[in-house]
Amino acid sequence: MSTTQIKFYQVGSFAVGNRLLREDERSVQSDPERTNALTSGHRACQGCGEALGARYALDAAMRATNDQLIAVNATGCLEVFSTPYPESSWRVAWLHSLFGNAPAVATGVAAALKAKGNHTTRVVAQGGDGATVDIGFGALSGMFERNDDVLYICYDNEAYMNTGVQRSGATPPAARTATTQAVGAKPGNVFGQGKYLPKIAMAHDIPYVATATIADLRDLEAKVERAMTMHGSRYLHVLVPCPLGWGSASCDTIKIARLATQSGLFPVFEAINGEVVASSKIRKKVSVEEYLKLQTRYSHLFSPQRNDEVIDHLQRIADKNIERYELMGE
Amino acid sequence: MDKPYAITLSVGSSLANHTGSWRVEHPEYVNRMPPCNKACPAGENVQNWLYIAEDGSYEQAWRELIKENPFPAIMGRVCYHPCQTACNRSFLDEAVGINSVERFLGDHALEKGWKIDPPEHETGLAVLVIGAGPAGLSAAYQLRRMGHQVVVRDATHQPGGMMRYGIPKYRLPREVLDAEINRIKEMGVIFQLNTRVDDVHDALEEGFDAVFMAIGAQLSKRTYIPAGESARILDAISVLHHFEDGQTPMLGRKVVIYGGGNTAMDVARTAKRLGAEEAIIVYRRTRDKAPANDQEIEEALEEGILIKWLSTVKYMGEDDMMIEKMALDEKGFPQPTGEFETLEADSLILALGQEVDFSLLGNNVDLDVKSGVMDVDTNMMTTHPGIFAGGDMVEGDRTVTTSVGHGKKAAKYIDAWLRQTKVEAKEEKDAVAFEDLNTWYYTDAPHAVRERLAATRRVYDFSEVVQGLDESTALYEARRCMSCGNCFECDNCFGVCPDNAIKKLGPGWGYEIDLDYCKGCGICVSECPASAIEMVSDL
Repeated sequence: MSTTQIKFYQVGSFAVGNRLLREDERSVQSDPERTNALTSGHRACQGCGEALGARYALDAAMRATNDQLIAVNATGCLEVFSTPYPESSWRVAWLHSLFGNAPAVATGVAAALKAKGNHTTRVVAQGGDGATVDIGFGALSGMFERNDDVLYICYDNEAYMNTGVQRSGATPPAARTATTQAVGAKPGNVFGQGKYLPKIAMAHDIPYVATATIADLRDLEAKVERAMTMHGSRYLHVLVPCPLGWGSASCDTIKIARLATQSGLFPVFEAINGEVVASSKIRKKVSVEEYLKLQTRYSHLFSPQRNDEVIDHLQRIADKNIERYELMGE
Repeated sequence: MDKPYAITLSVGSSLANHTGSWRVEHPEYVNRMPPCNKACPAGENVQNWLYIAEDGSYEQAWRELIKENPFPAIMGRVCYHPCQTACNRSFLDEAVGINSVERFLGDHALEKGWKIDPPEHETGLAVLVIGAGPAGLSAAYQLRRMGHQVVVRDATHQPGGMMRYGIPKYRLPREVLDAEINRIKEMGVIFQLNTRVDDVHDALEEGFDAVFMAIGAQLSKRTYIPAGESARILDAISVLHHFEDGQTPMLGRKVVIYGGGNTAMDVARTAKRLGAEEAIIVYRRTRDKAPANDQEIEEALEEGILIKWLSTVKYMGEDDMMIEKMALDEKGFPQPTGEFETLEADSLILALGQEVDFSLLGNNVDLDVKSGVMDVDTNMMTTHPGIFAGGDMVEGDRTVTTSVGHGKKAAKYIDAWLRQTKVEAKEEKDAVAFEDLNTWYYTDAPHAVRERLAATRRVYDFSEVVQGLDESTALYEARRCMSCGNCFECDNCFGVCPDNAIKKLGPGWGYEIDLDYCKGCGICVSECPASAIEMVSDL
């Protein structure tokens, strides 16, 4: 798929909409008639990144499939805040079963559609990082292995937020959570543990793996759209900051996601059949410190005294990402 | 309704859950002051007309612009654009070329022949404007729009004031000047040229309900210079004035100009175009202290004009002169050094500033003059009720744009005075700072440069030096505007709300916050590129 660079100067392709663009060049989110797959009244916290990420992704998937979409949801914040019995915030066919079985349920839905001869309705499965990298990991790996026709979207907020901010396999090193307290010689989550699911997904050689953040809407929408042009197992990993768990201001949710990409800590890239084919270049490089200091889960790195050793270590991780995913452009 | 096994409640939408009740503060759309608007001496709403021009609605943009200033094509040539100095974009890459877009709109309007609508109704009140310069014409234009009968009197035989007799045509072609003044004539403003007003009081007795004086500052300041009998000493204003009237002054081959203001630059550049082999400017202070606009100094230097900084004229003879070198003392004032230099010079032109000719005040003492300018109150009214003044004859920067601003302001207060109403005081707002913007969303786009004639070519004639932009470049330039402090409908707020609590009302209508669902997170405020939303407490 070729992407056209939008030639517009006042606001480039970075803002949500643009009155000077043709209708068909505008983002899904700029459309007053967008699905609003996750509608108002949901019980997510103020400034929730996951609520935003889910609406961005599913609205784009709805447009890409002409509204012929079924979403399967794992247990987690997204499920709990959207569907307290008997209310639902979903404006898309939506199904929840258990914490660990969303990929398997989605596989079943896809198989059922096939058995019924329905070739137009598509399936999305979604969950948080806990359901994806830990609890549902076996089911997900199986779904990848069988190359079932499902787009799996992980909204990564880097811990179990719904149950009170416990560490997950996606929690970054040095971050404080309820189970990795900022105490002892090496405060916060340990270095050298955890797993990076996009690379594990790529190792299954599935057709499409991509990462995205809520800080670059048009990139996220393009990736959902692209995934929907393909069949087989596809995986999208979206960084969604959590004001509650990360200890950040509710108004800074998008800013923090942006700093995660501009520092290199969260590389944004695309892989086809297990090979990285493109990465989003850093526009305004920042040090990891700018990203860390907005979040109280890292406050122990700055007070009572600055921990240069750990900050430098995190900076090295970011630098490594920049090199590995070629994030600096020409 | 029959419910499945173990289900007791019917499915409902979360829309029943009004999360707005969680909130302690909410966002509100605001219109803040863009720095360009704040800096404009004519009070133009720059951000607004740039916004309108961005989608190619040039006529609408032009009509918005001329609400404040009837001379966009002139402004686009002679304004020193303080708006661009203030532009926040200069912190990102380069300031928006506001002046070049203004010129494009002005030229485009002339090309298309767009007219100014006549007033909808006549008030039956009559105002006399004395002086057809930028202040007088601006006041006449605004008063006519308000429906008043306006008569403009000027002592010269052509309208324009210093725009004609002070600014050379290589900066302001006369077709442009004439065309923009003509539009004002077509609105029904009556011009009485070659008509000198000897006493302003007589005018009120003639039956005018109010008078606006804007005669400028036409008298050249003089200084005592010891001179030989046949020394040729002229003043800059007369040189420019006579040349405009077709009388080429005898300047000789080597011309020295004394002074460091814009008039000195203009007269030196004119002398060069008239065939002077050498035009030398002598100024007693340094370049950074010179009152002339830096671009004018630069253009003069490019054209081969020599400038002797830190020098004063000691003696003027028949074909040579003596200057003395100066040095700045610790307070920054120039002091004589006793070091002299002789220059060849056929004529010396004085450009040492101008003073107001107060002869039109008559013998009556009810009009106050303070420090060489008319004393006016904040309503631009003199100490005589019904007589207002503006432009170079009152205190302020002596530029065309400031004069246009004076004319507009005076018209507003004259109108209020005539109708016995009050002008509503506008609150002074702080300009939006660069730090207030979220510049992530603006892509990099450097400034489009206007072409200029090569210096070697331009000293031979009076062709316009600075060229205009074509449409696509002007559009590009307009679109570089960051719309500081004012919504430009980028949909960011509408997109980034995690609660769908923002409604998009359609083109031109902006957005509305749905307070039933807004949780008050403030993401819309931090992600607004233009700083056009603010958080307001609900408590």
